[in-house]
Amino acid sequence: MKSFIETCCDQCWHTLENPCELFVACCTEGPLCHQNESCKNKFKNYIDQLTYKSQDLPVIFIGMGTCGLASGADKVKTSIETELNRLNIKASIVPTGCIGYCAKEPIVDIKLPGKERISYCEVNVKDIPQLIDTAIVKGGIYEKKLLGGFGKGKDGIRNINEVPFFRLQKKVVLENCGIINPNSIDEYIASGGFKALDKTLRIMSSEQVVQEIKDSGLRGRGGGGFPTGTKWELAHKKQAEQKFLICNADEGDPGAFMDRSVLESDPYRVVEGMIIGGYAIGASIAYIYCRAEYPLAITRLLNTLQKCREYGLLGKNILGSGFDFEIKIKKGAGAFVCGEETALIASIEGRRGMPRPRPPYPADSGLWGKPTIINNVETFANIATIINRGSAWFSSIGTKSSKGTKVFAISGKILNSGLVEVPMGVRLRDIVFEICGGVPDGKKFKAVQIGGPSGGCLPESVMDTEVDYESLKSVGAMMGSGGFVVMDEDTCMVDVAKYFLTFIKNESCGKCVPCREGTKRMLEIIERIPVSYGHNSISINQLQRFKGIMHLNRLANVIRDTSLCGLGQSASNPVLSGLRYFREEYEEHLFERKCKAKVCKDLLVYEIDPELCSGCGLCVKKCPADAIVGEKKQPHQIIEAKCSKCGMCFETCRLGAIAVN
Amino acid sequence: MQNHILEKYPVNERSNLIAILQDFQQELGYLPESALRDISEHVKVPLSSIYGVATFYNQFRLAPVGKNIIRVCRGTACHVKNSANILVALETELGVKAGQTTRDKNFTLETVACIGACSIAPVVNVNEEYYGRVSVKEIPKILSKYKKELPKIKNEETASVE
Repeated sequence: MKSFIETCCDQCWHTLENPCELFVACCTEGPLCHQNESCKNKFKNYIDQLTYKSQDLPVIFIGMGTCGLASGADKVKTSIETELNRLNIKASIVPTGCIGYCAKEPIVDIKLPGKERISYCEVNVKDIPQLIDTAIVKGGIYEKKLLGGFGKGKDGIRNINEVPFFRLQKKVVLENCGIINPNSIDEYIASGGFKALDKTLRIMSSEQVVQEIKDSGLRGRGGGGFPTGTKWELAHKKQAEQKFLICNADEGDPGAFMDRSVLESDPYRVVEGMIIGGYAIGASIAYIYCRAEYPLAITRLLNTLQKCREYGLLGKNILGSGFDFEIKIKKGAGAFVCGEETALIASIEGRRGMPRPRPPYPADSGLWGKPTIINNVETFANIATIINRGSAWFSSIGTKSSKGTKVFAISGKILNSGLVEVPMGVRLRDIVFEICGGVPDGKKFKAVQIGGPSGGCLPESVMDTEVDYESLKSVGAMMGSGGFVVMDEDTCMVDVAKYFLTFIKNESCGKCVPCREGTKRMLEIIERIPVSYGHNSISINQLQRFKGIMHLNRLANVIRDTSLCGLGQSASNPVLSGLRYFREEYEEHLFERKCKAKVCKDLLVYEIDPELCSGCGLCVKKCPADAIVGEKKQPHQIIEAKCSKCGMCFETCRLGAIAVN
Repeated sequence: MQNHILEKYPVNERSNLIAILQDFQQELGYLPESALRDISEHVKVPLSSIYGVATFYNQFRLAPVGKNIIRVCRGTACHVKNSANILVALETELGVKAGQTTRDKNFTLETVACIGACSIAPVVNVNEEYYGRVSVKEIPKILSKYKKELPKIKNEETASVE
């Protein structure tokens, strides 16, 4: 058997035109319609092969998500192939998605026949000859880059879940990520995929599905946290000839990449969740709205949809249930506001992605005026597991108001960046320090920014907060899509507020006045804080600066209360949370004209230490303002009046001769 | 005329507008006025609305681009890890500002909101290739790789962007 579409013998009558409702169940437990030992063995052997329980050749898994590729997984793959050719070793190479430990990419797993799968991290091209020699030729373990094993630790290798990064995690959505081949539908089926779809179509009515999701307490993972079951119920009850389902994969939040990773590593799970969703609300057409910035995710999704059609899991009369469902992909075009549901709908319709007032909510009148349900990638990725394991199991995880797990994307000044899936209710401290290992290079932790431009910066003092929708809101952040950006003492909070406001100002669609004008004014006020007015400063500028600060709080509140959509309503969060927790830093900038983090360039003075400077002239070439002078091989000098404070000299100097004060 | 692109899409169907614009841009590198006029004829939407859509989304460009497109990620994680300096360094090295093309039409410098590779910030993306954990010192090295390449190969690469 080479694929599940192959029939085991003449007795199997399943075809695409006349599908057998037991097709999925048959793949994993088959054959179900007749008794035949040889057929049974055919299925069993194929499943063992797909789950790598029995194989004749060594298997090499390479993490090939975007993060893996950017760390050089491609070169590692080529190098492995060359080395295998050179040694004349036959082995199969399987590209997988991302296991989540992005800081340690490229990750290469090796599984020899009859042995457990062993994971190696930070593998580079130089390691390959030794790795292949030790791990494949000699059958041993390449200790230098060992991450962990997937077995019970018989050979003295720690299980990968014992690694501090994975120990506190609970994988539901990311269960298959980095483990299975995201391009293979058979591997997904063999690892228990499409079982939930099979169960829904055969045993459950659409009401039951809605009820099950409602009971599970699943809330939208895109940020708002609206109960998914309630949303589905609204659309389910609505009478209409056509309903739509949309998967929001427009992950625009800078600092969030969990949707990309799920789409790249386990796209079938999302598609399965969507088909179940379509069945529940009675939609027959669905769209995946994916960012164009994620080319790999789009390629994998296209492949996924094609395979699903070949297997009869999409299209007319799915698994003989009479349910028709089709999924189309719409590529976004780089507008952050399109993550907002009404703007997303406008974009699918081919218009400018501008939001409109709600109500009517999309569940009443959405795409082309028809009832439409929009859920996030991660929400859909949860559905299959809820159906399989039941709502009671799902709601046993998490806190009173927030159930299940949540995936966070951790990046910034952190030791172990990557994707972390934890049960709701875990303390922020555990995520940042226990799982991710805290701030590197002995620097001091300053803040963690949660929820992208709509969220806030939280300091050390609230790190004992438990992660759920309500508690994060109460401390001034929000769940958002789940991006965690960790900041250390070298990050200036005024600069961060400026950064987010610049982002929001650029992305504001311009439809409503508070957001369009308000964010611009707010940015102007913040921009004035770290500006040096020099020696001949006009006092009116300074006066304006103080006036601006006095109005900042009020302006932020007005924008929050009067904007049309979520983008504007949350636009002031970075500023408000900054003023709440880091007021001292703002005041230091204002009164002492100092930036302790040495980020606000206007407040800095660059100087060359004549004892360290060798006069190499590198900084002279780099200086965009021609502010550096000096004879060759003689210590140079910076003319302060000319200096544009860009910091290029500091970055280029190899001798560390440039001091910043 | 890029009739073969328009042929793929039904007439009068506005919902395909963004996809059509994307296809045109992929082929031409940008959206010339003549293309917008053709699209307007095809989908039966006024040219002004098409212009509105094309200028709304960050992806679309109305001016020709260079052979190599450099995108500097300006996401939060990259910002915290000093991507602003990377951008300044690229700007000085190339002598253009973000959003502009060098005079020899070899490079276009752009910023992007977030590439989604935050774990290896700061990230610079040239054509199809990603460079993670970039430092200012590495920039000349990265650029020199694209300066040497023969123009013919570069043309093909630009065509495969997106």
